[in-house]
Amino acid sequence: MYLDNSATTKISDEVFEEMLPYLKDEFGNPSTLYSIGRESKKALEEARQRIADSINAKKDEIIFTGGGSESDNLAIKGIAFKLQKKGKHIITSEIEHPAVKESLHFLESLDFKVTYLPVYENGIIKIEDLIEAITPETILITIMHGNNEIGSLQPIEEIGRIAHENGILFHTDAVQTFGKVKIDVEKQNIDLLSVSSHKINGPKGVGAIYIKKGVRLVPLIHGGGQERGIRAGTENVAGIVGFGKAAELATSKLDEHAEKLSKIRDEIVEKVLNTIPESYLNGDVNQRLPNLANIRFKAIEGESLILLLDAKGYQASTGSACSSNKLEASPVLTALGLDPVDVHGSLRISLAPESDEFDVDEFVDILSEAVARLREMSPLWNQELDYDGVMCKKHDDCRMC
Amino acid sequence: MDYSEKVMDHFANPRNCRKMEDADGVGTVGNPTCGDLMTIYIKVEDDKIEDISFQTFGCGAAIATSSMITEIAVGKTLEEALNISRNDVAEELDGLPPVKMHCSNLAADGLQAAIENYYETHQS
Repeated sequence: MYLDNSATTKISDEVFEEMLPYLKDEFGNPSTLYSIGRESKKALEEARQRIADSINAKKDEIIFTGGGSESDNLAIKGIAFKLQKKGKHIITSEIEHPAVKESLHFLESLDFKVTYLPVYENGIIKIEDLIEAITPETILITIMHGNNEIGSLQPIEEIGRIAHENGILFHTDAVQTFGKVKIDVEKQNIDLLSVSSHKINGPKGVGAIYIKKGVRLVPLIHGGGQERGIRAGTENVAGIVGFGKAAELATSKLDEHAEKLSKIRDEIVEKVLNTIPESYLNGDVNQRLPNLANIRFKAIEGESLILLLDAKGYQASTGSACSSNKLEASPVLTALGLDPVDVHGSLRISLAPESDEFDVDEFVDILSEAVARLREMSPLWNQELDYDGVMCKKHDDCRMC
Repeated sequence: MDYSEKVMDHFANPRNCRKMEDADGVGTVGNPTCGDLMTIYIKVEDDKIEDISFQTFGCGAAIATSSMITEIAVGKTLEEALNISRNDVAEELDGLPPVKMHCSNLAADGLQAAIENYYETHQS
């Protein structure tokens, strides 16, 4: 059973069928004038309309990109470069996706100033912190809609309102919420929004950015003028067609899926917290994604847990440093103020519409057994171990210390 | 994570994983902030490791290296056991992913700490 749908999802049959012709016979370049090119152009524009409809935008406000990370990069660097004469200050949160965070770190190397708003135990920023952070130099607020690790939802409508009252642009990374939580760019005061296809049963390598009419930015990829000169390069027609279909399907069944998935999610959380001692929910109880739960277990390490679950046929993920390429414990969970040991003991379960045949009781049994087994092995479980004295005696080169 | 079959075997079926109540030497190494903490227990007779066990909080590699060192060290003299290196443990496991060599490969350090603890507490 695949329980890591926040990482990526499986392409649905409907999406696959819709893409097929464009992988083979309908190979025309949308920029050409003859019939096969016009066919591709038509498919491209239809997909654009579908994306626009799903967030209450206009068709010409949607630009296709190579994915959510590119959209984030384009929004942040594109606005920063465009408005740097006006000011060089940007406001964000402490728990952004690396695509946002690293774009901002890059801008800091070019003398931009960035304020990272704290999130509290529930993983949500406070509006008063935002208001306090605004300066005459502030050109952009970039705060994600839903968090990819803990699922907490930020008050984006209010953030957008405050941005506009102060003449500041508002970008939100909506990669995790698009197709899962209602988005209305008009009502929610959004100027720029990043979305991705592969999180909603569409293909990988395609995303989009919404740019409100009248908002100008500097392109990152220069070339043949595709996507109104904002993103050059021959369009990934098959991917875009698949994305359009996936967006249409997700949006048309958004309420139904949200209701179904949040029910399974709540059942998992309730059963886990009731069955497994010293287990806790991470993030906000109410303001969160319908398809994601993040739970932490005392005294165990997440990679071991993932391996044991995988051996039983369940694929999930963890915020433990030991499972990341960078050997860095999840900055998101750390920002919640959790003890480092608890960060290592976190488990993220993320569902997709096709997860409904999932047997929650069986999963909780297996999870409970795995946690118990690791705790039995752990010197931190049920023991008074003073580990402060042994910290990294022989680990002078440890980058975490 | 790209673990060898031997690592996966020692992770899934760890040898000698238990707390030893009457240990002659106990060594704890690692850093729970990094995600690995290991305690090695030894029972010593005639300068030889008669019994050895471990408890580990950590990833697959940390558990597998702890398990492996108990197999390597049992029956060895304390002097021989002190010479077991991190590389010896990794080699016996058919290698570890490079990223795991430094932080999770603690077992040799843990054993050394346990032996040092034995010397400290049993010097007459």
